[in-house]
Amino acid sequence: MLKTFSLGGVHPAENKFSAGKKIETLPVPEQVSVPIAQHIGAPSEPVVKKGDEVKVGQLIAKSTGFVSTNIHSPVSGKVFKVDDILDASGYKRKAIIIKVEGDEWDENINRNADLVTDITLSKEEIVKKVGEAGIVGLGGATFPAHVKLSVPPGKTCDVLILNAVECEPYLTSDHQLMMEKGEEIMVGTQILMKALDVTKAIIGIENNKKDAIDHMSNLAQKYDGITIEALKVQYPQGGEKQLIDACIQRQIPSGKLPIEVGAVVQNVGTTYAVYEAVQKNKPLFERIVTVTGKSVSKPSNFLTRVGTPVSALINAAGGLPEDTGKVIGGGPMMGKALSSIEVPVTKGSSGILIMPDKIAKRGTMEPCIRCSKCVSVCPMGLSPYLLMTVSDKAIWDRAEEEKIMDCIECGSCSYTCPASRPLLDYIRLGKGKVGNIMRSRNK
Amino acid sequence: MNVVLITIISLGVLGTLAAIILYFVAQKFKVFEDPRIDQVEEVLPAANCGGCGFPGCRAFAEAMVKSDDISDLNCPVGGAETMSAAAGILGKEVAAAAPTVAVVRCNGTCDNRPKVTNYDGATSCTIASSLYGGDTGCSDGCYGLGECVDACNFDAMYMDEKTGLPVIIEDNCVSCGACVDACPKDIIELRKKGPKSRRIFVSCVNKDKGAPAKKACSVACISCKKCQKACPFEAITIENNLAYIHDDKCKLCRKCVSECPTNAIHELNFPPKKPKVEKVVPENAE
Amino acid sequence: MNTLTVSPSPHVHSGDSVKKNMYGVIIALLPALAASVYYFGLGALIVTMAAVISCVFFEWAIQKYLLKTNPTVLDGSAALTGLLLAFNMPTNLPIWIIIIGSLVAIGIGKMSFGGLGNNIFNPALVGRVFLLISFPVQMTLWPKPSENMTNYLDATTGATPLSVMKEGLANGESVSSLMAKIPSLSELFFGNLGGSAGEVAAVALLIGLVYMLIRKIITWHIPVSIIATVAVFSGILNLASPEQFAGPLFHILTGGLMLGAIFMATDYVSSPMANKGMIIFGIGIGVITVVIRVFGAYPEGVSFAILIMNGFVPLIDKYVKPKRFGEVVKTAGKK
Repeated sequence: MLKTFSLGGVHPAENKFSAGKKIETLPVPEQVSVPIAQHIGAPSEPVVKKGDEVKVGQLIAKSTGFVSTNIHSPVSGKVFKVDDILDASGYKRKAIIIKVEGDEWDENINRNADLVTDITLSKEEIVKKVGEAGIVGLGGATFPAHVKLSVPPGKTCDVLILNAVECEPYLTSDHQLMMEKGEEIMVGTQILMKALDVTKAIIGIENNKKDAIDHMSNLAQKYDGITIEALKVQYPQGGEKQLIDACIQRQIPSGKLPIEVGAVVQNVGTTYAVYEAVQKNKPLFERIVTVTGKSVSKPSNFLTRVGTPVSALINAAGGLPEDTGKVIGGGPMMGKALSSIEVPVTKGSSGILIMPDKIAKRGTMEPCIRCSKCVSVCPMGLSPYLLMTVSDKAIWDRAEEEKIMDCIECGSCSYTCPASRPLLDYIRLGKGKVGNIMRSRNK
Repeated sequence: MNVVLITIISLGVLGTLAAIILYFVAQKFKVFEDPRIDQVEEVLPAANCGGCGFPGCRAFAEAMVKSDDISDLNCPVGGAETMSAAAGILGKEVAAAAPTVAVVRCNGTCDNRPKVTNYDGATSCTIASSLYGGDTGCSDGCYGLGECVDACNFDAMYMDEKTGLPVIIEDNCVSCGACVDACPKDIIELRKKGPKSRRIFVSCVNKDKGAPAKKACSVACISCKKCQKACPFEAITIENNLAYIHDDKCKLCRKCVSECPTNAIHELNFPPKKPKVEKVVPENAE
Repeated sequence: MNTLTVSPSPHVHSGDSVKKNMYGVIIALLPALAASVYYFGLGALIVTMAAVISCVFFEWAIQKYLLKTNPTVLDGSAALTGLLLAFNMPTNLPIWIIIIGSLVAIGIGKMSFGGLGNNIFNPALVGRVFLLISFPVQMTLWPKPSENMTNYLDATTGATPLSVMKEGLANGESVSSLMAKIPSLSELFFGNLGGSAGEVAAVALLIGLVYMLIRKIITWHIPVSIIATVAVFSGILNLASPEQFAGPLFHILTGGLMLGAIFMATDYVSSPMANKGMIIFGIGIGVITVVIRVFGAYPEGVSFAILIMNGFVPLIDKYVKPKRFGEVVKTAGKK
């Protein structure tokens, strides 16, 4: 019996069309737009101006606080302008737009592909390096990685958990990364273990990636303290709280961080980025992006520079299919529908999913029949039907009482609802309002 | 007979006892309340809409009785008449606030503002606005999902099905501000009603520069500043690429209206101009 | 290029729908319907058709002409109410009574609360109990099974095992002598007993339960907790005084207990949302059922028990919450 998390969960059709597709390097585009807010926390501050020459890997925007991060140029060329562009939501956000000229890398970056296993840096130096390299959680949450590696005083961490679950349907970027860069991930894990001062690391992989489980288990034998945990396929296992529960059976109390139960979770993609930053001195400016969908002619995994327009990726995967209804940044459960395909790839883009018109349309909303399916699938043990009602009726104190803030927005409730009710839409609205009320109360 | 008598007597005694106890308890726990609060509440419209900023009419009446200076208190529903009646009861002075009315500052109809995406989420402007900028190229304009209409307690708004925009029924609008609060885009504004309900305002809230604004919507303010130059009273300011007419300075001369190259400035309830330039002002209020 | 659609996540749906669930329950009821026709013949068919058609008609008429909304009768909920109502009536009931029952079930039980999803009480049971109280004679004339294949109103009638037991005990007879007067337990299991149309074969109802559990239409909590409670409660009484109280198997296999536990109490709208709440709900129904059967005036109490507990559902939902994540806190093992 494979392990999984204890409450709720759903199992959507996996549709991993791009599984086993080798990682291809996408050609550098003619122009990139690098948004200055690609992470959770304060936006970065641009340090280049119009007309500046930049090299690949050069710092172009610096961190503006502890929970913030550096941004490096993904290309070489000339800064065209620093201006507002439309982001994925159709709102204006500041970005650095660079016209590409050649592909000249910063000379400090080691571009040799050899594996470097010796970890020479000390614990503090690793955390500093990760922070400087602008590494954020690459699973999609984009939380700055160095913050998670800095264990707050008074707390202890005894285990590192690597998130290789990839529970979102369609996406395969982490899977393919493990198959091709397994050794590097192992060294990256060792680096993270050193930074956190722990002797145990668990890599959680869902059982629908049997080849990755075998491959990683073989590699793990060479490294001390790393174990592979095959997990039952169940969404949202990739949620931090669910993954910790599945791997080590500890539940994070409401409103607390993983460190409360002595665990730190990092994504495998992040781990690979940490390896590159620490061993090769390469900051984070490219990532693996899955481009997939039922009607996509060539589902692929691309190594893509940040700032590349999504349309370039789609073209490389065979162009936008005729029946396109929705283009989603990320997976189908938690991804964000894009309002335009000219928006840039960011550090958090794990995939581009193109959905046909037919599947993309939501069903007609019917009255709640109180079937309690949303309650039984909620991985946080909440009552989504009730949270939707109180959010709709603006009863915020009741919403807070019912722990609306515990919601991880996994979408299992809306996915399941037989009456096609937009449960999560309203819960998200309520979370925003209640969050504001709670913050203003604490002031 | 005996049974009836005993019943009447015992119940009578019980009733009298209870009455006496209740009387003393009522005396003991009596809360003094200014009788003028009731009187003031009497003249208020009892709509409990919250337009005055207080939770309901009684709270407003209390505030009127308690504060010495009531010049900053105003019941938008009752208007000057109610306020002077209430002030008369209290013997206080009240400044006559000019009546205001809600205006919708977006004219992005389906024709003027082509759709670039389809929205397929919950029917709520707040949810849509937290998701994205809207289904047109304008990220400041109206979503057309009608949260303002739901918020209106006075049947003063409806969604025009042809344009997809909310319309204010001027006669019903009491300017309580519920729609203003409901709109996540701050499109609706309370403006001075003006003499004979005549008003001029910029019907656009788009903060983009001229070219993208014009591309997104044919009747957008493109911040060309022509209206500002035309205005003899300095009533127009331009901020964030958007013109705004200050209703306290505007003298309703209508010079700006004909200047505007995109018809973004609307005039309401004016008699038709002598036919000089044929202008199609898209349908609006009423 | 097509215009892109934008909506909040999630962007996929399980494909489940209200319709699928309602028709799923109806499919689960088909074995019981077959058993009913097998034992009661023509009468079962007439009663079922009359109830289903009149419930669907009343829902359609009320939505169209009273509420002036788009009728949603095709979602199957009205047909399901009709089917369940029919299963709770004797198979020799005149059609005009069935029509009155359907009107009460749909009109008062369901639409007056605001239609699907808003009713507090199970509509079919509202209709049934209304009829039981208004037409006590017609509602308690039970056709004998296997003898009335072609008879409808003129069916020969007899007592149900439950009423035999109730009257016998009241007359001072012992349980063992009464058990001899009713069909054997295995006959009860396969349905050869007098009663309402759907109360016949426990085995057919159990097939329906298994189907609904596999399709994940309902969870096990409510049926299991009701049946277990009845078994335990009647078992204790039986152990205390075997000649005064009938045993658990008798209580489980007779009357509407199986039908009630599997199909009536599990009605989505009028049952609790959390698993713990469902178990409390089930225990309540079980206890009240046995109390009415053993100590009350009626021989059967499942309908009343479910209706009474329906009334408690809002309270249960308010105080019994699902198990929340992170309530059991395990802290880090120290190094």
